[in-house]
Formats: sequence, C-alpha cells, structure tokens
Amino acid sequence: MVKYICKRVLAAVITMLGISVITFALMKFVPGGPFLAEKAPSAAVTAALEAKYGLDKHPVEQYFTYMKGVLRGDLGPSIKKRGRTVAEIIAAGFPVSAKLGAIAIAVAVLLGVPLGSIAALCRGKWQDNLILVAATTGISVPSFITASLLLVTFGVKNNVTFGLATPAHYIIPVAALAFLPMSYIARLIRSSMLDVMGQDYMRTAKAKGLSQAVILFKHALRNSVLPVITYLGPAVAYTLTGSFVVERICTIPGLGNEFVSSIINRDYPMIMGTTLFLAALIIVMNVAVDIVYRLVDPRITFK
Amino acid sequence: MDGKKHPFPSFHLNIDPADFEPADIAERESLAVMRPSAGFWGEGMRRLRRNKIAMVSLAVIAVFIVGAFVVPFFYPYSYDKMDKESGNLRPLQHSDAEKARMENGERVFPHFMGTDQLGRDTMIRLLMGSRISLLVGIIASAIILLIGSVYGAVAGYFGGRADIVMMRIVDLIYSVPDILIIIILQVTLKEPLKKLAANVPGFAWIEKVGVSLICIFIVFSLLYWVGMARIVRSQILALKQQDFVVAARALGASSGRIIRRHLLTNCIGTLTVTTTLQIPASIFTESFLSFLGLGVAAPMTSLGSMASDALSGIWSYPHRLISAAVMISLIILSFNLLGDGLRDAFDPKLKHDSVKG
Repeated sequence: MVKYICKRVLAAVITMLGISVITFALMKFVPGGPFLAEKAPSAAVTAALEAKYGLDKHPVEQYFTYMKGVLRGDLGPSIKKRGRTVAEIIAAGFPVSAKLGAIAIAVAVLLGVPLGSIAALCRGKWQDNLILVAATTGISVPSFITASLLLVTFGVKNNVTFGLATPAHYIIPVAALAFLPMSYIARLIRSSMLDVMGQDYMRTAKAKGLSQAVILFKHALRNSVLPVITYLGPAVAYTLTGSFVVERICTIPGLGNEFVSSIINRDYPMIMGTTLFLAALIIVMNVAVDIVYRLVDPRITFK
Repeated sequence: MDGKKHPFPSFHLNIDPADFEPADIAERESLAVMRPSAGFWGEGMRRLRRNKIAMVSLAVIAVFIVGAFVVPFFYPYSYDKMDKESGNLRPLQHSDAEKARMENGERVFPHFMGTDQLGRDTMIRLLMGSRISLLVGIIASAIILLIGSVYGAVAGYFGGRADIVMMRIVDLIYSVPDILIIIILQVTLKEPLKKLAANVPGFAWIEKVGVSLICIFIVFSLLYWVGMARIVRSQILALKQQDFVVAARALGASSGRIIRRHLLTNCIGTLTVTTTLQIPASIFTESFLSFLGLGVAAPMTSLGSMASDALSGIWSYPHRLISAAVMISLIILSFNLLGDGLRDAFDPKLKHDSVKG
C-alpha cells in the first residue's frame, strides 16, 4: 500500500512538473505580449516593464525563478490587475468556486445514486426508461446551455440572475454544474447495480430470507456505489472547468471567472498560476480518489 | 403444452400418431432452410436495426448531415452576408424593406429563425454551426482512432518493456487536466499557425480550413487518443494469446501484418463503438471552447459561439439561444444514443469502459 501511494505521488509530481514546463514554454512561445496595448508604450517603457517583471532574462532562468517562487507559495504579480498578486486573486476566488463545486458534487451524488438505483430496480419499466432518457440527455447537454436556459426560464421570474447573495441564487449555478455528473452517476449506478444483482451472493441473500431493504442497502448498494468513487476525480475536474462558463453566465466572482478573464486579457502570470493551481488540485483529487478506492474495496490487490 | 389450457397436469400419454410418420420431401426441405449466416457486420446491424432509439438517432444524425452539408448550397442566404435593413428580426418576420419588395411582386425567402443584430439569417448560421460541430466531431474522432489504435496495438502486441514505457506515457497524459491544457494550447497555437500559413508556402491550406479548426484538431489529437489506446491495448492483450495469431506467426507473417490484418480487424467492434462515442465528446468540448470565445473565428460560426452571442440579447430574443442550445444538445444526444446502441449491438462486453472526454 505504502509503495502504491509513493508511486502515485511520484507520478503526480512528474505530471505537475511536465505541466508547468509545457505551460511556461507555451506562454513564452506566444507573440502578443501583455504590454501590447492599442496605445503601444515606447520601447524604453516596454524594456523597463520587462526588466521589472524579469521578462528580459533567458526563458530557462525565468522558469527556475518562477518555480522557486511557486514552492514558496508566490505565484508572482498579476500584470493586468495592478497591485494584486496571483496568489491573492486565487485565494479570493477559489473559496467561492470551491463552495459552489462542492455543493454541486454533493447534489450530483445525493440525487444520482437514488435515481440510478431506482432505474436498476425497475429495469425495463417506465421509471427505468424515464431515468435513462433523462440521464442520457443530462450527459449530452453542456453546462453553459443548462445555465443559460435556466437563467431565461427560472432566473428572471425569481430575480436570481447574478451573484450569490441568497441561497436561492445558488440554484441555477448548482443545477447547471450538477446536471451532468448526476446523470453520469445515475447511469453508472444503474449498470453496476444490474451487474451486482446478477451475482450469486444476491441470490444467497434472498434465499436466506433477508428482507428486501437489507438486501438492497447492505448487499446491492454498497457494492455498486464503488464505481462512483472513481468517478469523483473526473467529476471534480468537470465542475472546475464547468465553473469557467457557469460563473461567467451567472456573474459569480469565482476562480473560473478570473481564469477566463485572464485568458482574454493575456495576463500570463495569472494564466500560469491558475493553471498550475487547478491542475494540482485535479491531480491531487485523482490520486486521493484512487487511494480511497483501494482502501474501500479490499478486492483490489496492490501491485 | 400450454399451461393455461391445462390447469391440472395430465398423466395420460398424449401421443399423436401423425408425429411419427416419415416426413415428405417438402417438409424435409422446409426444415433444411436456415437463416443465411450473417457475418459480423450483418449480425450487428440486425441487432442495431431492432433498436428503435438507435435508429431514430441515426435518422436525426442523417438529417443534420444533410442540413449541414447539402442545404447551405441551395439556401438563398449566406452565413456571412449582412443586411442592415433586416437586423434583429423574429422568426418568420419580414423587415420593412423586404415587405416593400414583396409588394412589388418579388418573392422573399422567409427567415425561419429570424436574423441577428447584423442582419444575418439565423437559420443558415445554425446550419453552418452544426457543420463545424459535425466536422470537428468526425475528423477529431478519426485522428484519435488512428493514433489511439496504432499506439494501443503496438504497446499491447510487443508487450514487455516497450509496453510499460508506452503505457506510463499514456498514464501521464491521462492524468493531465485536459480542458486546461486545451485552453492554453488554443490560446498559444493560434498566432504561430497563422504565421505558418502566411509565410511557409506548403501550408496555405491552413488558412483555408481555418486556423482555429486546425488548432482544435491538433489539441484534440494530442490529448484524447489515450482513452482509445488503453481500450485497444487491453483488447490486443487478450487477442494475441489466441491460436490464430500463433498460426499467422508460424506462417511467417510480419508483426505489422499481424497487427493490421489479424489483431485490429478483430477489435473492429470496439473501435467502431469507441469512435462513435468519441464524436459527441469532441463536439461537447468544441462547443465549450467556442462558448468561451476560443473556437472558430468570425465570420464563421459554431453553435457554441452562437449560444454565447445570444446571451447578450437573451431577454428580447430568447429564440436565438434556445435554437442553438437545442441544436447542440440534439447532435450530442443522438450520437450518444447511437453509440449506446452500437455498443449493445456490437460489443456488449464494453459496457463499463468509456472514453475520456
């Protein structure tokens, strides 16, 4: 187990380093620099600015300077938002996005698991068909469409179109972010539950005379929930990227919104810092999920 | 024996002597007629045809393909033609200028979905948008199929150290947060590609296809083939143990020939299903990117950017948003349903695998 964890953590660190090199190289590679405005400053001013932000040094040297800072938690200053560091902007935006994302994932699991179980229990009946159709629609509709359609239909009527001032304001962004993971989980649970219900031990449980409820919750559900754990990693990645558009549509001052504006503004330190931060988050989540999965399911052997 | 007709079991021996008479020639022939044996495709297609949902989605996809690739040639409006006098029309509404022309006896083609604020016909833009979505979905999936199947097959076939190294690379790419990298690549690749198209003689076609589209193909094919490679590898690992591979090798077939002729052809079901399910995933990501403004450049349009444009007029012209939203969702949904149907028909074992995306 320890060996497995070490291996996964090492792989994660290598991936992170790879991502940081690629991102940094690509950022240096692009022409349009951050100081190319419509009113271009004079050559002297540009040179002074580049010297101030260390942009005149050799790229490799810049990379190492930057990574040293990253290890100390210093992601550099934002070029477009003067006077604020990237770390500050992330610290301000991330809690908002994290809260939203956590609620969305909780909603997705809490609704997706029962829906999938109902579909599996009523296999072939109208409940199953209804849930399957809804879930397949759910994995086919991008979050920006859910968000904007909800905004037109529900948001205007109840005056909850932007911000997160009241709990009611959470409904649209959470629904938009949770719809796809919920549908995915429902499909996952349905197929794994059908799988489990065909197993011999289910027949044994029934033959022993256990009640339907015990069979369902103790034997079927516990075994079929396992795949959902592996899906949680991708679900976190999905809600994070979904937050880029959903926060923009619902005007929420989260990290997703900041990331998209930093791309539009070509604010390099901000793009770089946010990418590293989000990538690290996703990778850590994936490793954690894999380790938890192996702890929970004793059938998986450690290689 | 039908249970309903005989509520109590009968202990009499019910023998019909006619059953024991020798069969005449006609009867014998009627027994000999069997269903002509169908090949892999015939068998799968037969199962697919029975699946109503899959057939309906196939029909929807066919309608979309005709609408996106054929109809624009005959459509009286073009996607980039602006008409200042007929901006912001509602569906089937005519502008004053058009009404005047109609009174003069001229026939004016109706704007089925109205026009946008620049007076461009929304219907044709929707069709062109779905053309982009379909192109991205199909071409990106073809590239992914090519890279993923070759890579997975080589890793699975040769095994050993080559396999370990190759699959480590796959694991690394798999754990990279794809959307983040795609966004960064999309932001950074555009300018160099434009330069390449303008300066290097052999690359003028890039401009023709569109820099952003090429960008999308490059980033998709860089990142998304890993799911395909994993699935193909696991199939090859099982297949290469089988006797026909040993036989082929004994007959002197080269590794390349065995992979091409014997192994990959035997994975054809998996390849079909995985590729079909890759199409909606690619369309999904493309619409996400163009919604963020990182997709195809104006005046060309895509469904994602139309949805994003429609947000600004969301209160007055909700039909613009709804039409684009319905189109994207319908395309992705039909491909997903068709993929599910194909999986049931061709490869029931694949149920739990899915492609990243």
